Amino acid sequence: MATQHSRSAARIMISPAVVLLLAWMIVPLVLTVYFSLLRYNLLMPGTERFVGFLNYKLFYQNPAFWTAMLNTLLLVGGVLIITVVGGILLAILLDQPIWGQGIVRILVIAPFFVMPTVSALVWKNMFMNPVSGLFAEFSKAVGLAPFDFLSQAPLASIIGIVSWQWLPFATLILLTAIQSLDSEQMEAAEMDGASALSRFWYITLPHLSRAITVVILIQTIFLLSVFAEILVTTNGGPGNASTNLTYLVYARSLLNFDVGGGSAGGVVAIILANIVAIFLMRMIGKNLDA
Amino acid sequence: MARAVSTRRKIGFTIAAWAVGLAIFFPILWTILTSFKTEAEAISSPPSFLFFDWTLENYTTVQERSNYFRHFWNSVVISLGSTVLGLIIAIPAAWSMAFVPGKRTKDVLMWMLSTKMLPPVGVLIPIYLIFRDVGLLDTKTGLVIVLTLINLPIIVWMLYTYFKEIPGEILEAARMDGATLRDEIIHVLTPMAVPGIASTLLLNVILAWNEAFWTLNLTAAKAAPLTAFIASYSSPEGLFYAKLSAASTMAIAPILILGWFSQKQLVRGLTFGAVK
Repeated sequence: MATQHSRSAARIMISPAVVLLLAWMIVPLVLTVYFSLLRYNLLMPGTERFVGFLNYKLFYQNPAFWTAMLNTLLLVGGVLIITVVGGILLAILLDQPIWGQGIVRILVIAPFFVMPTVSALVWKNMFMNPVSGLFAEFSKAVGLAPFDFLSQAPLASIIGIVSWQWLPFATLILLTAIQSLDSEQMEAAEMDGASALSRFWYITLPHLSRAITVVILIQTIFLLSVFAEILVTTNGGPGNASTNLTYLVYARSLLNFDVGGGSAGGVVAIILANIVAIFLMRMIGKNLDA
Repeated sequence: MARAVSTRRKIGFTIAAWAVGLAIFFPILWTILTSFKTEAEAISSPPSFLFFDWTLENYTTVQERSNYFRHFWNSVVISLGSTVLGLIIAIPAAWSMAFVPGKRTKDVLMWMLSTKMLPPVGVLIPIYLIFRDVGLLDTKTGLVIVLTLINLPIIVWMLYTYFKEIPGEILEAARMDGATLRDEIIHVLTPMAVPGIASTLLLNVILAWNEAFWTLNLTAAKAAPLTAFIASYSSPEGLFYAKLSAASTMAIAPILILGWFSQKQLVRGLTFGAVK
């Protein structure tokens, strides 16, 4: 039983973390919302004034905003499909009896530890470059014209790069979940003559459903904020073809110095992330009771 | 026999798994190999895989031209600094939540987690302006502060899940034997908590080392860690493949090695205990 004394000690021990996080959350958040209601441009200091929801209206009417929203959804959705499907297949493959399993696992998870700017630049220059990239070499070798990935299909190329970074994460989590599957259940099903496909469909997949949900939710949080990969490969271009919401806000505020407009975009990003966060928090909260 | 596996089946799976594993790893391997080529060999057509004149000149050139080790050192200071500072703040908090849980402990934990869900771009502008006004832009101190705060929820959570596993009875037994709170912490808890703290430290150094939103937006030439330094290769400079590769190899090697030791903690830390 905790005494009154240890309870107040506990409160003191916890307060630095709480106060810091509270400040970190509230101060910028309030400022962002406040800025979003101002006409505020860093190039015109002293001209700030309250404009209500004008920035939101301008955003709403700006086709670049809708392109960015669509790109954000395509980027998140595309990467999720590739990494979840790929992750399930890979996790099953790595769960089989194979020689050198530990080494293969290390090879598979390695991309997750590569910093975003390195992986994006390596893919951009050494693989996707239409003149001297490896893909261009390969095209030449089989007699095809080289494809200029980042200008012909910028968003798809970025989806590819980001998927490469996140596939290890999905694989690792799903593999952890698969390994907790009761092997006796599998053997029983196998003896009863269930095919590999139906064993996968009726036993493995339901067992993985929770881990899959966690992977989807956590990746979505991170994928909504993809930034470095876009900055170093396409700068959001050509045009707005690979601009997501995060990059749009960055370009608005730090490249065009439009603090008001950028903040309005930031508020939209916060709302989007919160929709996902609510579901994720519920799942984690449930686990906390157990 | 639990499950007889035919050798042929095992061979098949082994080949498939190795093929996929090597394919996924290939870009990293290619980067490492290219870092030892001359620039001419790096873009030679057809590309040479292993049979080229191995050279270390790219590594020395990268250092000479751009003072690489300053950026490397910035990365070390920022990632270690923010992790250690985070641990100092988080250990007491996680300790008290794990051992003296109150009615609202769960709410506090969930709330801390929710701060992690805040997209960085939603708070970029105020932080940028505040940093500009107080002179923290492009300083290591500024980045240590930001990275401490963004990783604090993960640190608290990881520590909490580890501390939770330390059986409470041991503490009670120690108290019965007349141990003071100080004895309790130094002689009983610390030895049992060290592995969890070490894992947390490892994962957070990795996360901080690779963080590439705040580091790119809040630094320029002076305090830029490797994430931001490498980004400067997005200019035509990046077409010097061998040098790009050398700079990249040095940037990812330490974390690749640390990362391989932290596979288990990764799952735990990044899913907030939802998958174990």
